[in-house]
Parts: sequence; structure tokens; C-alpha cells
Amino acid sequence: MSKVFIAFQLNDDTRSIIEAILADNPHAVLNEAPAMVKIDAEGSLTIHRSSIEALLGRDFDLQELHLNLISLSGNIDETDDEFTLAWAN
Amino acid sequence: MDTKTAGRKLGLKEKYAHMTRGLGWDTTYQPKEKVFPFEQMEGIKIHDWDKWEDPFRLTMDAYWKYQAEKERKLYAIIDAFAQNNGHLNVTDARYINVLKLFLTGVSPLEYMAHRGFAHVGRQFSGVGPRVACQMQALDELRHSQTQIHAISNYNKHYNGMHDFRHMHDRVWYLSVPKSFFDDAVSAGPFEFMVAIGFSFEYVLTNLLFVPFMSGAAYNGDMGTVTFGFSAQSDEARHMTLGLEVIKFILEQDPANLPIVQKWIDKWSWRGIRVLTLVAMMMDYMLPKRVMSWKESWEIYFEQNAGALFKDLARYGITVPECVTTATKEKDHLSHQAWSTFYQYGAAAAFHTWMPSPDEMDWLSAKYPDTFDKHYRPRFEYWREQEAAGNRFYNKTLPMLCQVCQIPMLFTEPDDPTKIAYRETQYKEDKYHFCSDHCQHIFEDEPEKYVQAWLPVHQIYQGNCFPEGTDPTAPDFDPLAAVLQWYHIEFGADNLAFEGSEDEKNFAMWRGMATQNS
Repeated sequence: MSKVFIAFQLNDDTRSIIEAILADNPHAVLNEAPAMVKIDAEGSLTIHRSSIEALLGRDFDLQELHLNLISLSGNIDETDDEFTLAWAN
Repeated sequence: MDTKTAGRKLGLKEKYAHMTRGLGWDTTYQPKEKVFPFEQMEGIKIHDWDKWEDPFRLTMDAYWKYQAEKERKLYAIIDAFAQNNGHLNVTDARYINVLKLFLTGVSPLEYMAHRGFAHVGRQFSGVGPRVACQMQALDELRHSQTQIHAISNYNKHYNGMHDFRHMHDRVWYLSVPKSFFDDAVSAGPFEFMVAIGFSFEYVLTNLLFVPFMSGAAYNGDMGTVTFGFSAQSDEARHMTLGLEVIKFILEQDPANLPIVQKWIDKWSWRGIRVLTLVAMMMDYMLPKRVMSWKESWEIYFEQNAGALFKDLARYGITVPECVTTATKEKDHLSHQAWSTFYQYGAAAAFHTWMPSPDEMDWLSAKYPDTFDKHYRPRFEYWREQEAAGNRFYNKTLPMLCQVCQIPMLFTEPDDPTKIAYRETQYKEDKYHFCSDHCQHIFEDEPEKYVQAWLPVHQIYQGNCFPEGTDPTAPDFDPLAAVLQWYHIEFGADNLAFEGSEDEKNFAMWRGMATQNS
């Protein structure tokens, strides 16, 4: 399987997002670099709106991810509740 | 009377469908192919434009909302940067040279990307891609503007940034990125999408905007890392669009495969050649280094683009041949590029230097197979010569590759002691190339590339001097005349970093920032 990744700016907004992603995707690996983090995962990675909301303590629209997103790889499937990155092979 | 309640909020998929479908119209008094004349010219067959779907499902209302918030965040930081003399917080003044290269070489490309996407958005008859192209055209304009604004805070204090747009169209090394984009925008709309949407955005911007921008943060440049990441947050969407374009074209008709494969082969190599500049920025121009060029290449190209090519294999796409060459070059690229700029430091709008002894040790550790063997001896010799007052400036103009326009500085993929030369006879003339891949690109479209505006040829033809220059005058100095035409001020913008005005001013201002006298 190939790896997918998603990278975020490191700031107060993304702390809960990163925490939620790592909790929901135990196979994901966190790589820290100056001012940013990159989360790598074999095969696929799914972000759940409800997990982020639980940590943030407020409503969260998954499109808010755009604000602090740096980069990603993989095919995207986005709904109101989930955001998934995956490779076909 | 009860207040009327708003209807149920639309879900993402429904909203996207409403805002990207049914917005087009069929032509009545003109045939469709006359309204969209470029859609057929490349031989790409599209049967159903509605199969196009933006995976992010971003609609215009959400687009404005999030982009406005990104801008507010960015400009708050740029203001703080200016108010707090942020330029004095960078590691050392050598770092600022990377911004000169960025502003003159990259920011004008953002503007060209804006024009390119505005153009192809008009040329596609499908509504989904038109909306996506419209957003990307706006993003690219934003990138160009925010980069110019952010870097203008450096222009107030340092040399070499005063006339970036003028330089972009003239200076020899800037013809490398410029010709890349000119090549793309003068292609048909589908090739443009593959060139920029796929190769540039998906395969390449990760290398410029992710590890390099993280490096800007590491070097204390708050302004640049912020515009870089703000731009890259749009690039994430552009990459997705780039990948979507490829999948969409390939799914529409099996006859599209060979055309797309040819473009992927061509544009992967065109992009890899432009990355030569980024390689040297990372290994030589950042005083504090996050990771080497080679490491970035392995993560963002070998691993990431590798995964992408594996994914596309289901459509019959194969990994471009040029990837083998590029993989061999990763151990050499930055060293060969920087030694070229060091030699031609009199003709550049930024300063150059030799790495310090501890920086050379870092390079040895990162490039154990090549640095000590092939590059350290030359660099130590140049350092010694510089210390003895003989700073080397090469005064012979180099041969340029007809396609990528880079001086012929690359070595044979399997022999790092031999410069790679390729040539092709076409009609009356002989054309030169840095590699098999640039040669193949030329041979596929010779009528396009014979028109290349090659800076060295143009200098020799007398086209790069200020108006009224007399090249037959006894005191004629060709380099001085070319620099005047470039708007590069001799002694201020060019030459060695050591002893430059930038070096002196930075040291003085930083001193003033920490003392009262």
C-alpha cells in the first residue's frame, strides 16, 4: 500500500484537529517540522467531524480544514461528516 | 405571526450540485465548436462533462468565506512583521537572497498561472471545471499579490528586489521558470491543465512550498512562511484539481491515454528541471536547514509522486522515463546549480557565497556518496582563492539548453565527471540540450522550441543592451551593458555576499536593535 499524507500549519486551531486525526487513525504517524506537522498513513486516512467537535467544544465544518491545510496526497472523498484520503493501489 | 424559519441547510453534495450544474447553456446561433474553439485542437475526447466533480466540493460562497479569513490572518501577520522589524529576526542576511530569487523567479509565475486558468476556464465547455478554474485563477492572483506585499517589506531595506517584473522577462536564469510557464500557456487547454494542474501543482509545489517554507520558519522569516503556507493551503485544492483532471480525461475515452501519457512525461521533466533552483535554495541558501534537497525529493517525489503513479496505473499510465534520470541526479543537483551561480555571481540579482566549513560538513553528511568526492575540493579551492583576493567570476557565457534554458551544467546520469550534451539538427540549425528528455521534448515539437528566447544567444546577438549602446566603442563593456539592461546595479545587487551592502546594513541594524548607541 502507498502512503497518504495531510499537512497542517501548527497553531491553536489545528491542535485539536491533529489530536482527533491521530486518535481516529491509530496507524497514522505524526511528523513534526518547524511551523507544521505532516501526518502520514498507510493506505488511507479518515477525518471525522464529530471527533474534532468533541475536542474543540464547538460546531466544526470540515471545510474549515482549508484554513490551515498545507498539503495532502491521495484521492479525496469529502462529505459533511467525513473527509477521507486514500490511494487505489 | 410566527417568523418564517429557514429551510433545511443543504448538504455539501447537494450544494455543490446546485452551484456547479445547470449553469451552462447550449449555443443557438453559433455552432458550439466555434464558441469553444480550443476544446478539439489537441485530440482529447470528452463525452460527458458532468462526470467532472471537485472532490472538495467547494462552491463560490464557501470559497469567498474561507479565502477572506485566510487573507485576514495573513495580513495581520504581515503587519506585525513590518511593525516589529521582522526582517532583523532572520538567521543571517544570506537568507534574504532566497527571497530575491523567489520574488523574481516564482511570484511572476503565480500571475501567469492566474492568466492561464482564467483563459482555460473560458475554453472548457463543462461547468464543473470552469468553476474550479475560476477559483484557481483567483487563488493565483492572490498568491502573486501576497508574495509581492510580504516581500516588499524586505525591498525597503535590501538590494536586488526593486524591479522584479522587469528582470523576470530578461535575466538569464529567470528565463528558466519563465519559459516553463510560457510553454504551458501557449499549449492547448488540456495540456495546460496537465502541465500546471498536475505536474506543477501535484508533483512539484510540495517541494517548494512545504519543506522550503518550513525552512523559512526555521530561519525566523515569519512573513514568508505565512504567505507560503497560506498559498499552499490553496495548492492543496489545486493538486486535487490536477489529479481530478487526469482521472477525468482518462475515464472519458481510452484514446486519451497516449496523449495524456506524453504530457505527463514532458511536464514531469520540465518541472524537475525548474526544481534545480529549489534544490540549491534548500541546500545552500537557507542558513539553517530543515532537511536536504535529497531528503525532500525522497519524501515528496519518490514517495508521494510514486504513490500517485501507482494509483494511475489502473488507467494504463506508466512512470515517466525521466524519473530514473532525476533520481540519479538528486545527489548532484544542488551542488552543480550552486557552483554555477557562484561562478556567475556577477550577473545575478542576488549574492552568492561558498558554504562555511561547518556547512560543508553538513553537506558531506547529507550527501555521503558525492559531496566530498566531487564538490568539496572545488568549493575549498574557491574559498582559498577568495581568501587570497581572487574571488572567481566566470566571464564566458554558457551554452543553454534549448528547452529548459538552463546552462549546460548537468553531468551524465551515470558519470558525474562528464557534462551531458545532446544535439539535434533541425532544418538549417543545430540545437543543444542538457539531457535526453529535453531533446525528446524538442524533437516532438521542434517548431515550438526553435522560437525559444535564449538569453545567451540574445546577448551575443546584441539584443540585451540599453538603447543607444555602441558595441563597437573602444571602451564597450558587454557585462556592464547587459546588467544595465537587466536593471541590476553593479556592486549593490550582484557579486559576493561577503562585503556587500546587505551584509553591512544587516549587521549594523541588528546591532542598533539590541543597543542604545
